[in-house]
Amino acid sequence: MKQAIVHVHRGGPLVALVGNPNCGKTALFNRLTGSHQKVANYAGVTVERKEGKLATPAGKNLRVLDLPGTYSLNPRSPDEKVTCDVLTGHAEGEKRPDLVVCVVDATNLRRNLRLVLAVKRLGLPCVVALNMTDLAAQSGIRVDGAALSAALGLPVVNTVAVNADGAAALLTLLDRPDSWQRTAPLGDRASAADTIEADHDVVRRILQGLGLDKAIPHLASDRIDRVVLHPLAGPPLLAVILFLIFQAVFAWAAAPMGWIEAATEWLGNGVAGLLPHGWLQSLVVDGVIAGAGGVIVFLPQIIILFFFILVLEESGYLPRAAFLLDRLMGGVGLSGRSFIPLLSSFACAIPGIMAARTITNTRDRLVTIMIAPMMTCSARLPVYALLIGAFVPQRKIWGGLELQGMVLFCLYVAGIVGALVVAWLIKRFTARNLMHPLMMELPIYHLPRLRNIAIGLWQRVMIFMRRVGGIILALTVLLWFLASFPAPPVGATGAPIEYSFAGMLGRALAVVFEPIGFNWQISISLVPGLAAREVVVSALGTVYALSATGNDTAGALSPLIAHSWSLATGLSLLAWFVFAPQCLATLATVKRETGGWTMPLVMAGYLFALAYLASFITYRLALAAGWG
Amino acid sequence: MTLTLDQLPDLQACTVIQVAPPASAPEWHDWLEEIGFLPGEQVMVMTRALPGGDPLVVRIGSSTFALRRVEAACVRVTVERVVGDEAAA
Repeated sequence: MKQAIVHVHRGGPLVALVGNPNCGKTALFNRLTGSHQKVANYAGVTVERKEGKLATPAGKNLRVLDLPGTYSLNPRSPDEKVTCDVLTGHAEGEKRPDLVVCVVDATNLRRNLRLVLAVKRLGLPCVVALNMTDLAAQSGIRVDGAALSAALGLPVVNTVAVNADGAAALLTLLDRPDSWQRTAPLGDRASAADTIEADHDVVRRILQGLGLDKAIPHLASDRIDRVVLHPLAGPPLLAVILFLIFQAVFAWAAAPMGWIEAATEWLGNGVAGLLPHGWLQSLVVDGVIAGAGGVIVFLPQIIILFFFILVLEESGYLPRAAFLLDRLMGGVGLSGRSFIPLLSSFACAIPGIMAARTITNTRDRLVTIMIAPMMTCSARLPVYALLIGAFVPQRKIWGGLELQGMVLFCLYVAGIVGALVVAWLIKRFTARNLMHPLMMELPIYHLPRLRNIAIGLWQRVMIFMRRVGGIILALTVLLWFLASFPAPPVGATGAPIEYSFAGMLGRALAVVFEPIGFNWQISISLVPGLAAREVVVSALGTVYALSATGNDTAGALSPLIAHSWSLATGLSLLAWFVFAPQCLATLATVKRETGGWTMPLVMAGYLFALAYLASFITYRLALAAGWG
Repeated sequence: MTLTLDQLPDLQACTVIQVAPPASAPEWHDWLEEIGFLPGEQVMVMTRALPGGDPLVVRIGSSTFALRRVEAACVRVTVERVVGDEAAA
């Protein structure tokens, strides 16, 4: 996929931050650049590119690039390859940095210093930021910066990225002209293995000289891990955490979602009053405002979900969760790393598919993207609520459990089971003998910092609003057009949509959907439902010649469809929505993330087939049971 | 006595001798060395997931890594002190 080459902040020397994963590099980047950050992609790959700008005390303007964390310059994932390519000057559309800041975790010099030696060999001007010196001091590790600097032959400064003035020494160093001088590259590269072992010997000698050659584990982290990673206590704890997150996503978001819906309606009514009755009013109110409102209404859920994901990520729990789930995911050919994208997909498949970037293995990443839409996203809830309310009686079963709630739960489970079965089938046919490495670091626990969470949340929200907002808005306007033109002939008796392009399409589709029990009204509603699934509810309302917005429609529509559809049709439509790929925004995101039309087309095809099959079986069984 | 890391009881400290990857995944040698499984380093299994004891939580130096059992089986270790190894935990 070709992408525009990104130059966010023009001019100024380029400083690149390089370091092991979990060395506090991104926290230092946040400290240096504050809110002056731009998140984009590296050209040609979907690796997140973070650039910021920084003014030094002496007034020097610098561009700062936060390179993906890596253990070596021998890349094993697309992320690590970017770091290598940028440092060697081979990255497409990317300038070779003028200075490299090697960020080093002071509590783990043994592993971190090997990367410094490798970077130094590249011959770029290089300084070392000895980060997390506060944590090191707590563990009784005191690093003699001057001695380390002499041993490495590079300037060394202490930084504490989480403190307000923790980067002061680094800023001073950036102002010194001699920091920017090139060292001679040491070109003779032996084989990678020899280099690692040779570097390891050098590091061992340096640490011996500094009196730091004892490995000191982080005792507080070990104590937490004794509970969190306990073979018996760990999994239930994870289940409780996930359950609470779910509760929060749905419970806490309910009120703000109501406000957004009310605000959308108020704005729509206000604008409708200002504009003359006609197509312009319809475009602005039904197209633009309703379309934008339909996107923004999911923002509270996405903010809450990402807040928890960021807290878990910052604290260090996330890789532990992936560890606990690795066996389960391994059974269907995935790894624990697929768990976060799939979890995110319960709010919306789009952030979930974006989160799949963290999966290093390309096959695993594609499979995760392919099954993500089967996680029941929150856009399906209004549809489920309408159908369950209309067709499932309010009744208590087995000791106080609500039948309606049970059906909703079963629909969620059906999606998860469907996803696992598909992943397992893909494993059967593509990866029988493949071994995917796990080799995942479990970093020491940190108290999450509000500042880092806020910056991360802001960036993700902006990505969501930009991508999804644009796509859904454009599609909603297009579908508004299809549903509004041509206008019904004079003296027409049916709903206007019956005479529109969408109506014609719906009637054609009804031929396809007749075997699974859908009438032409449902078939028409599925067309605008392509923009966003919940639009089906208001589309059904329109088709049934009701003129009301969102919530009111659902209220009035429920008895109407309960009366005019058979139970078999209702159940068939529920089954359809478990699998149906009816979300163009998701397909557009998949195209973007996989760099072509193949994957979105395959996804749409197989989900359509699955949905049709599920509906067909449900409908026929229901007919056989006499529910026709 | 030479063992592989996955054969050790939990919390038994030992020393890495070498990384011997399976023929199907030779790149694991460098990958495991890069995250710290280098000859002479102190290593131990902290805990294992249930069921089946896979994956494992492994302490290497002062870092902690999750490894699958097949990955841990590439790391050959000895429970005896290697002469001249100063990095005692």
